[in-house]
Amino acid sequence: MITAEHTSMNKAPYFAGYGKEAYEVIPTSSILASQRTLSEEKEQAREETVGEPFVDAPRMTCRGVDVWYGDKQAIMDVNIDIGKNQVLAMIGPSGCGKSTFLRCLNRMNDTVPICRVGGEIILDGMNIYDKKIDVVPLRAQVGMVFQKPNPFPKSIYDNIAYGPKIHGLVNNQAETDEVVEYSLTRAGLWEEVKDRLDQPGTGLSGGQQQRLCIARAIAVRPEVILMDEPCSALDPIATATVEDLIDELRQQYTIVIVTHNMQQAARVSQRTAYFHLGKLIEVGITDQLFTNPGHQLTEDYITGRFG
Amino acid sequence: MVSIQGRKKKSVQQWKYMSDNMSDTEEKKVPTRASAMERVQLGLAKRRRKEERFRKLSFSAVILSLSFLVLLFASIISNGWPAFQRTDILLDIHFDSEVLDVDSLVKANYGKLVKQSMRELLPDVTSRHNKREMYRLVSSGASYELQKMVVADPTLIGKTVSLWLPADDLPDMLMKGKINRNLPETERPISDKQIQWIDQLIAQGRLEQHFNTTFFQAGDSREPELAGIRGALTGSMLTLFVTLLLSFPVAVAAAVYLEEFAPKNRWTDLVEVNINNLAAVPSIVFGLLGLAVFLNFFGMPRSSPLVGGVVLSLMTLPTIIIASRASLKAVPPSIREAALGVGASKMQTVFHHVIPLAMPGMMTGTIIGLSQALGETAPLLMIGMVAFIVDIPGSMTDPSTVLPVQIFLWADSPERAFVERTSAAILVLLMFLISMNGLAIYLRRKFEQRW
Repeated sequence: MITAEHTSMNKAPYFAGYGKEAYEVIPTSSILASQRTLSEEKEQAREETVGEPFVDAPRMTCRGVDVWYGDKQAIMDVNIDIGKNQVLAMIGPSGCGKSTFLRCLNRMNDTVPICRVGGEIILDGMNIYDKKIDVVPLRAQVGMVFQKPNPFPKSIYDNIAYGPKIHGLVNNQAETDEVVEYSLTRAGLWEEVKDRLDQPGTGLSGGQQQRLCIARAIAVRPEVILMDEPCSALDPIATATVEDLIDELRQQYTIVIVTHNMQQAARVSQRTAYFHLGKLIEVGITDQLFTNPGHQLTEDYITGRFG
Repeated sequence: MVSIQGRKKKSVQQWKYMSDNMSDTEEKKVPTRASAMERVQLGLAKRRRKEERFRKLSFSAVILSLSFLVLLFASIISNGWPAFQRTDILLDIHFDSEVLDVDSLVKANYGKLVKQSMRELLPDVTSRHNKREMYRLVSSGASYELQKMVVADPTLIGKTVSLWLPADDLPDMLMKGKINRNLPETERPISDKQIQWIDQLIAQGRLEQHFNTTFFQAGDSREPELAGIRGALTGSMLTLFVTLLLSFPVAVAAAVYLEEFAPKNRWTDLVEVNINNLAAVPSIVFGLLGLAVFLNFFGMPRSSPLVGGVVLSLMTLPTIIIASRASLKAVPPSIREAALGVGASKMQTVFHHVIPLAMPGMMTGTIIGLSQALGETAPLLMIGMVAFIVDIPGSMTDPSTVLPVQIFLWADSPERAFVERTSAAILVLLMFLISMNGLAIYLRRKFEQRW
């Protein structure tokens, strides 16, 4: 699937072009000196990414992604492909930028006023940060599940029906019912809640709420689902249920999951990316990365030396 | 790292020094570890005493404020309660066709009818001076009531009817015990003879206290027994209606824009600071603005609820905006993220999720603002709502007054009977406020039940 040749072929032109362009696009009127140090760090980051960040038929392509919060650079020159119908896990110590990167993939970072994103994230041949791109269809295409279950304070039914309604995916009550049943079934929640769809979604247990949120994301028929530590607020049993669900959803959706739990990454993902201090250190097939890490930092992290 | 270590070392040294010092001076008292616990116990007692003292202080503060509140209510209610009763006099009115035989029934001399029946009631009063004193026992409003009756039903002419007609405020005060009959005659507003007649009428069962419907049905009057609060109440309602209609949508829209859509920059900071400052501007300044802009420049009608409402909504806007922004801020960001995550646009997120959740808080803010507006007097004085207005306003542009201004006007009147009416009007104002707050609580509950 991924060959060393392919990787190196891709690397050269992308790095030559995009790193530079990122700086031209982003207005960094701030201190020149810090720019120099940043670009030096970029040089390092470029060298440091080991493993196989690129795949043959990617669903999303990220090239030279930089993220700043004000003057602080949170993500440095990340280059990675997100493969179709597979689970990409992103691991790394706290504050390494994996969540920030995840939120770039459907432009959720737009809500943070001081956040600026450089580089390219390509979906269907278009840079999603292009001025022409409307975030509304983008977010319908790239859904998101958050760390803390956050159902709307409405009924279970309305939670699921909201997305399809605002996007005009359903025209009548029967279609809505169908979407609600389909989504809840896909999320493995239908049997548990089918008799109480009119009850508030906030009344469910934590694990059920998180599956409700997954169902809500599925309901708008996305192609990619981003999950930001979806199990961090759940107990082991609920976590196992959600993990099974993720594995099942992979047949139909492309999934990117951020997790603090390395066992979870090993269980659910096909590829794993290791982030460290805003840099993408290593990307590889999950089994390989955990058994035979290519970078010292990765090894230190997965063996529990820090993080 | 170095500095932290240094600090640690230093504090350890200090501690050692302190304990050395301690053992030097109080060696007998604190030689072992057990005695350290004793010291803690000592400090503990002190801490407990402090807490106890603070608790007692705050408890007494609550008691003090409660007692002031009770005092306030007791004085208002005890003063105002009698105003809901009015003394009426039972007169046998003969609708004399001779007296009423004029071109217009409105212009007839109804006072003559009242005087006639008074003379029949107390036949031994003969002298001119005494008669005049006797007539004063009946309110001047009695003849207006007769006029109204005859105009409504001309078949009354020629008949004799027993009617309860309003007595003057002096017998009213005497019956309510507000005039001390033991004072010498020159020191009370009512003469010995009048007291004698009043006693005579009471003995005949012709002077009684009835529920004061006039108080709720009439507008203002120079005669306390004829004065009512309906005019002021209607004026207050119309004014508040205008205020609500203007301030709620504008304030909510402003709050939503500032909180959800506006970029955070120097201009929005300036706007925010100014809104906060506006909330602290003395209300009479808004009255001056109303006078200068709405009355003098735009030529809107003076003393009208319309202008009053506009001025009061200017005054309440900052309050509602601040409260609405606070309640918008309190909506958890996870709800916004959830909505944005399924692809809702900014506006859909705000209108479908954020505003419904913030609505109870916004409504509370609105009610607080409106309560403030309801009790406001100063700005309305500037736009002429302080005038003596007898008619009950029928529209937004009719001259009118409002409850607090009415209270202010009555409190200024010299008649003894206006004191109780002032308190009664305060009671009505408080009831208005309480029912408004009750409505707000009801609406809020209802709104929250939707989720």
